[in-house]
Amino acid sequence: MKKLKYALFTGCTAKESTPEQMMSTLAVAKKLGIELVELTEASCCGASHLQDYDDFLSLVLNARNIAYAEKHGLTMVTICNTCQLNTAMTKHRLDHNADLKAKVNAKLGEVGLEYKGTSQITHFLYAIIDDFGLDAIKKMVVKPLSQFNIAPFYGCHNIRPSELQNETHKGHENPYNPTSLDDLIIACGGVSVDYVEKNKCCGFHAELQAPRTAAVLTGNAVAGAMDANADWMVTPCPLCHLKLDTQTHHASLAIGRDVSLPVLHMQQMVGLALGCTSEELGLKHHVTKVDFL
Amino acid sequence: MDAITSQQVTFKIFRFNEETDYLPFYNTYTLNVTHEEVVLDILNRIKWDHDGSLSYRRSCRHGICGICSIKINGKAILACKSRLFDLIKIFGTDLTIEPLSTKRVIKDLIIDKKDFWEKHAHVNPYLVSDIEETPASEHLVSPHDAEKLNEADYCIQCGACHYSCPALAINEQFIGPAAFAAAFRFSADVRDEGVLERLHIVNQEAQGVWDCVKCMECAEVCPKEVNPIEKITKLHNMIFEAHIAKNNVATRHAVGFAHSIAKHGLLDEGELVRYSEGNIGVLKHVPVALKMFSKGKIVLPWNMPKADKLDEIKKLIKSSSTVKF
Ligand code: SF4
Ligand code: SF4
Ligand code: SF4
Ligand code: SF4
Ligand code: FES
Repeated sequence: MKKLKYALFTGCTAKESTPEQMMSTLAVAKKLGIELVELTEASCCGASHLQDYDDFLSLVLNARNIAYAEKHGLTMVTICNTCQLNTAMTKHRLDHNADLKAKVNAKLGEVGLEYKGTSQITHFLYAIIDDFGLDAIKKMVVKPLSQFNIAPFYGCHNIRPSELQNETHKGHENPYNPTSLDDLIIACGGVSVDYVEKNKCCGFHAELQAPRTAAVLTGNAVAGAMDANADWMVTPCPLCHLKLDTQTHHASLAIGRDVSLPVLHMQQMVGLALGCTSEELGLKHHVTKVDFL
Repeated sequence: MDAITSQQVTFKIFRFNEETDYLPFYNTYTLNVTHEEVVLDILNRIKWDHDGSLSYRRSCRHGICGICSIKINGKAILACKSRLFDLIKIFGTDLTIEPLSTKRVIKDLIIDKKDFWEKHAHVNPYLVSDIEETPASEHLVSPHDAEKLNEADYCIQCGACHYSCPALAINEQFIGPAAFAAAFRFSADVRDEGVLERLHIVNQEAQGVWDCVKCMECAEVCPKEVNPIEKITKLHNMIFEAHIAKNNVATRHAVGFAHSIAKHGLLDEGELVRYSEGNIGVLKHVPVALKMFSKGKIVLPWNMPKADKLDEIKKLIKSSSTVKF
């Protein structure tokens, strides 16, 4: 197989509150022989909030990030659902609106950059599944996760709106019955658990503005996974991870029931199956202890 | 012409009659469906051939009256517009048919949409304009101006988004995606003079746009591609542009991103929480923050990473900013 190479947009969380996400991304990429060129010039994508304040500024900043991936001539991979949404949404809007693209490029021109639209944007989850391939992963598994019931938590922004999903992923995942993460769990030898909340929202983005709504959503998600007999949860999104891993106290109070499960990043799950160590995967950085190892 | 193909499907249908039942139950039917059939055809077949008491709403059968919306395996659809074969592709051949909201059932698939209409009425969903009763000429809207509605006027009030919105399911005050789309539709109309009042309504805490969790479900589910979350974003923008954004946790949370990016290129997560909540409000986050700190999840201010070519980012923020707070 030709060596896979991508431009990595890390986002901010990987550099701050989820160091384990960065560590496990690099560890898994190394195991799989995937080369990641980090876009160190990239700015924050605005996390779907900057655009509420200043939509045009958000477009310009995201277009700039993509322009750097284009400079490398590489597909951009994201490791955060919301980074994926904001970046892919920017690409979608600029690629379908020549006026807007020209306006954005007028600004980028001031710093010697241009958004062309030549780079694809995909989440690392889909890069692994679509480009590396589940069968190839399966062959590399040295420590299958067969003793675990694992609850996939997809996170909204990778699966909705599906309009973007179809543009960026070959998987054509349906947001009402997503399968990618389930397939990956199975490829890693685990048992995937079905529950209603797997494609629902964790509430992260309204945590400060609407704390009760956000806490109930988190509570429902973890409760759903627990009731389906999951040993732990897995997610491709560090923001979902933060919510599910660090906020279960509030969530439990909000739904009137004690809920808590270990939550792994998608990369950590793959890493475990491929034989990476707990240290390499940064499992010590979780607030809800990863107690099954 | 394509040959008619058919598939066997098992339907589980939600049943409840307030007058005779204590609890809802499900009836199961196994039927052969053809590639031409939509869900409404199946409901009709069940009603006409099996059980005349099955109740559901339908009228236009052309995806325009918005009355036939129900849920299939949790996905809100228009019964008259959704082909069985498309649904089988997503869910397989076991399909569960339920009302849009089981909490609001009157009978079987029929619900009371009272809250939907109340929310709709709440946003002044009409043109506010001081026009003469007998104008000499029509008040024309140019095609260019009509485009500003961004297809928000395509809404058929089916309620699919409203009864799929998680923020609304938890917070009953929340106005909800369809009514927000309506608020935008009239506020974006060049003839309208009621924008400010409408923006004040959608700017209120708890009921307003700030309580949206951004799950994107309303964009996904809408059968008319109204894309309510896009309109919600535009309402946010209009609130800032009209200078009526209140200085509160929600607005500071949006603005905080711009501050942080201007300083570091990246988001300073800790500072965003402090800036949004204020020095006192932030205290409630201390217990979680301490736990996170002990796990190496908090970067202290002096260690805050910065994006390369920060001067470039700063320059773009200066030249591309379009609003002030
Ligand atoms: S979504 Fe979060 S992690 Fe991604 S760039 Fe934006 S702020 Fe950073
Ligand atoms: S699931 Fe949570 S973090 Fe993920 S996109 Fe939805 S709100 Fe954001
Ligand atoms: S994006 Fe907002 S309004 Fe739309 S369904 Fe989700 S929470 Fe509701
Ligand atoms: S916005 Fe779309 S989904 Fe919502 S009520 Fe209108 S037509 Fe139905
Ligand atoms: S019957 Fe009118 S929209 Fe379906």
